[in-house]
Amino acid sequence: MSLRIIRPGVLALIQDAGRLGQHHLGMTTGGPLDPLAMRWANRLVHNPTTSSVIEITGGGLEFEATADLTIAVTGAELPLRRGDQPLPLWQSHHLRAGDSIAFGTCQQGLRSYLALAGGLILTPQFGSTATVVREAIGGTDGRPLQAGQHLSVGASEHRRCLRTPKLARPDYRRCAEQPLRLVIGYQWAEFSPADRARFLSDTYQVTERCDRMGYRLHGTPLRAGSQTMLSEGICHGALQIPGDGQPIVLLADRQTIGGYPKLGSVLSLDCARLAQCAPGSAVHFTAIDMQTAHQILHLARYRELSMKPEVVH
Amino acid sequence: MAETLRIQDAGEDALIVYWPAVSTQTLLAQRRVAAALRRQLGLSLIDLVPSYNSLLVLFDPFSSDAFAVRMAIRQSLSDGKNEAPYAKPASLTLPAYYSHESGPDLDRVAKHAGLSVEEVIERHCSVDYRVYAVGFAPGFAYLGDIDPQLAIPRLETPRARVPRGAVAIADRQTAVYPAASPGGWNLIGLCPTSLFTPGEEPCMPFAVGDCVRFRAISRDEYLQSGGALP
Repeated sequence: MSLRIIRPGVLALIQDAGRLGQHHLGMTTGGPLDPLAMRWANRLVHNPTTSSVIEITGGGLEFEATADLTIAVTGAELPLRRGDQPLPLWQSHHLRAGDSIAFGTCQQGLRSYLALAGGLILTPQFGSTATVVREAIGGTDGRPLQAGQHLSVGASEHRRCLRTPKLARPDYRRCAEQPLRLVIGYQWAEFSPADRARFLSDTYQVTERCDRMGYRLHGTPLRAGSQTMLSEGICHGALQIPGDGQPIVLLADRQTIGGYPKLGSVLSLDCARLAQCAPGSAVHFTAIDMQTAHQILHLARYRELSMKPEVVH
Repeated sequence: MAETLRIQDAGEDALIVYWPAVSTQTLLAQRRVAAALRRQLGLSLIDLVPSYNSLLVLFDPFSSDAFAVRMAIRQSLSDGKNEAPYAKPASLTLPAYYSHESGPDLDRVAKHAGLSVEEVIERHCSVDYRVYAVGFAPGFAYLGDIDPQLAIPRLETPRARVPRGAVAIADRQTAVYPAASPGGWNLIGLCPTSLFTPGEEPCMPFAVGDCVRFRAISRDEYLQSGGALP
């Protein structure tokens, strides 16, 4: 055993890249809400980018190292401390057995990622360790981490500490500033031109009903194009308009099929940005097509891979 | 055939194929296209979600693109006829204990249909249902169509907890809840068969396109088959 959870905070979940290829069983993907932050956390401790990490929503996690460990925390801005000593985020740190680490409350953003060099030792279920609480699958017993729980970490070499270059770090104060890019699709053409125009010009508030399954927004209600439709497959980011006309952006723990009309799907990069937005944030949308989406994704991946971690002296 | 269906963008990593109607032919076409896409797209194919008259095709936008996937879908339709036969849909019979204690909405369903409870049970058991979709929860199959006279809307206020194994109906669909969960369908009985068992192979006894029939069983048989009463 390598670490003990002292308190889990609001919600601490084990996540990896997600559970792919299991939709025929009705199983969702899970996985990190902010994949870029998760991949950076792993890179900083020399793990493969898909290694299991702990996703912390709202901060508040506290744990004790019960062996020597190397960790990195990325994502939401929050105070991170080893005892009384503040630790920088987006940087790896060597811990001694007995050290305890405390996450404060999020100041900007909502989701943090804790990676451990050597990776968490867990048995994947259906090819993944991603915790989906609704399905009671993944992590440990399909549940959020509990106070007193012990976790094991794999062996790793002692290596130099790394940090993410400043330019590569997202600015969570500006999460909601840029529009969320919607890849138009599904029933887009069945909405009236007036509703489509209103959707793209209005501002929407993030409501309290925002979780790993989806973000419910509030604005001028839209009228769904087709009143009755057959349930169909839902992809990541799908933006559905239920009966009350208020949009819901479906995220990592979405249901795999559903019967509400959809305007398309929010670009994955912008889903990650949205998932860092707290209730009350104001967001707005812009429409793009599939080809533009692919250009943006390729450019973002190139940029991510070209940013190398810096050695901390 | 290729002309009768529509391929629509869904998201950055997804296209959705729509057939004109929900039918046995559509289900078989979905299976054929799915099998062909698995072979043609290989690792670029992330997942497939068949449902009623549609098939969501999820692909890796870093190793393929929408043009290639559209072309693969078109091709899978045109050379589908010459292909080796795909797996025949399986048939499955699910035992169900219909009663007041196992189906709290049974009386209301009977009243709504203008039938006796016995007639409701008989009609529910006399149809070979198709698995139109699997979703909502692992192992939850949307089965249809039920006898039109049994059709009944969902509850206005969903129940906070529907027991595991609950046999339920809503509109012209029927289903068995694989695990306890919230739910808004009308409950008419309980099924002792496990529909989702992680760790077992297969972990689910049916797939989209399969046939399912219900068989009424007694309270004793239900309990002997491992069923529990709420």
